[in-house]
Amino acid sequence: MAVVDLPLVGRPRVIASRRSLRVLEHDLLVFRSGWTNYIVAGLSQPFLYLVAMGIGLGLYVNRNGNLPGGVPYLDYIAPALLVTQAMMAAAFESAWPIMGKIEWDKTYHAALNTPLGAMDLLAGDLMWIGFRATLLSVLFLVVIVALGAAASPLVVFAVPVAVLTALAFAAPIIAFTATQKSDQGFNALFRFGITPLFLFSGTFFPIEKLPIFLQPLAWITPLYHGVAAARSLALGQVEPVALTVHVAALAAVAVLGFAAGRATFRRRLVV
Amino acid sequence: MIAKPETSAPLIHAQGLTKRFGSFTAVDGIDFDVAPGEAFGFLGPNGAGKTSTMRMIGTVSPVTAGELTVFGLDPNHQGAKIRARLGVVPQADTLDNELSVLENLLIYGRYFDLSWAESRRRATELLDFVQLTERSNDKVEPLSGGMKRRLVIARSLINEPSLLLLDEPTTGLDPQARHLLWDRLYRLKQKGVTLCLTTHYMDEAEQLCDRLVVMDQARIVAEGSPRQLIDRYVTREVLELRFRRAEDELDDSAHIDGKLHGLAERVEQLPDRVLVYTADGEAAAAAAYERGLRAASVLVRRATLEDVFLRLTGRSLVE
Repeated sequence: MAVVDLPLVGRPRVIASRRSLRVLEHDLLVFRSGWTNYIVAGLSQPFLYLVAMGIGLGLYVNRNGNLPGGVPYLDYIAPALLVTQAMMAAAFESAWPIMGKIEWDKTYHAALNTPLGAMDLLAGDLMWIGFRATLLSVLFLVVIVALGAAASPLVVFAVPVAVLTALAFAAPIIAFTATQKSDQGFNALFRFGITPLFLFSGTFFPIEKLPIFLQPLAWITPLYHGVAAARSLALGQVEPVALTVHVAALAAVAVLGFAAGRATFRRRLVV
Repeated sequence: MIAKPETSAPLIHAQGLTKRFGSFTAVDGIDFDVAPGEAFGFLGPNGAGKTSTMRMIGTVSPVTAGELTVFGLDPNHQGAKIRARLGVVPQADTLDNELSVLENLLIYGRYFDLSWAESRRRATELLDFVQLTERSNDKVEPLSGGMKRRLVIARSLINEPSLLLLDEPTTGLDPQARHLLWDRLYRLKQKGVTLCLTTHYMDEAEQLCDRLVVMDQARIVAEGSPRQLIDRYVTREVLELRFRRAEDELDDSAHIDGKLHGLAERVEQLPDRVLVYTADGEAAAAAAYERGLRAASVLVRRATLEDVFLRLTGRSLVE
């Protein structure tokens, strides 16, 4: 097989080579030594969240019965939490571990001494983050089904929506990470970016309850689209146009983030 | 069809090779060739441009200007093909702390497209070569500096490279660890692997290099074998004199110069000692004593690359 080169100068002709699969293999090798922890955490976290918030807090919410369509609170937040936890994991994986590979352990630099190129590292690690989001979302889905928290079998499609949401966060955050010299910036990113999104993207209450001037802000955040899409699927209340818009918005952010990552990876790693 | 003749074409060819970072010139138009089977060194202080040169050869840093070929290929556009045949020991260990010693080698083999079975076969062999077999399943973190270095060398050999790039391979190691490492590199050289290394240790350059260039401030200032460089730029022996601070003679460099006048080819006054370059150190020491020069300590030694560097740049190699 001919070796595809990712040249050091000029515009890259290919997005990444098949060698990016080797980077995914690396991450799976690391995963292999701790996979039982991932499974245990992947099942227990959703269970605790859904019991505490969906069932516990839901008792009070349902008593007032003013969620749209009288949906039980557990059913309302379950698909949203499925998406947010995939997003959270992806955001984390795109920050500290990537910084470690670039700056602390410099394992990216070791990989660059092999036929792998910077674009392979970016694509390979995004694949890993996608894999991890898939695994977490499937486990979350298992808990949702076990608790009877989904009205529609379409809930299974909440998994690809969650993975797409994860990538819509991972790609731009990885791009950002490659511009940082230390992990200082991550604290601000999570404090002022990720955590507010988690709370105010329609996860726990409809964004219509936000002050009117904040609502447009919610529309442009990818998490809102992920949550809205997954919820419509889980509740069996799919509006084709809205769903298309949500998915397109997520895909657009992921693609733009990847393009940004290509630029920042190259600037950081090819000097 | 005519068979291609066995060429002695250089593995690395550089002409006017230049690397600039913005307005800073790290490598300023250097020329050199590295022949197959040779151990070639870049000797120079920190910041001389050695690492930038190595990174361009390793095709991880674009060439700014000038000509560079590695295996006859262009690093800027055929990097993956070059890297497939290259072994690299970077200055920092860059080992993967999340993986075991063995796994570090296994995945690196995969990066070179080896099958898992082949990667495992070579990894096992290489761990034996660098004497780390019994640490195979340990994590990397608890290993000593010397062990980590050996593991990095094993890793760089997983693709059976014909050219090995080593950037300061023994910096920060204790003498015992250095000698073990040198021994392994010597064995590789015996097997026909071409070595290209940077160092700021003159003893390392003397031990390992058939031929070397001395770099200073982004340029090559001299080239030759260690012996040739010593013959060309300094005398066979060096007389080192140290003077006691309290005495009158001490800071009177003109006085010392006067006493040594005619005894040596060259006299170099350093802050802590005086170096007298001469073919016969013992004779010069005796003559200086006769002239009434009283040093606190007298040492006669063979000239080294350190002296060559001092002569060429007016500065010491390791500050």
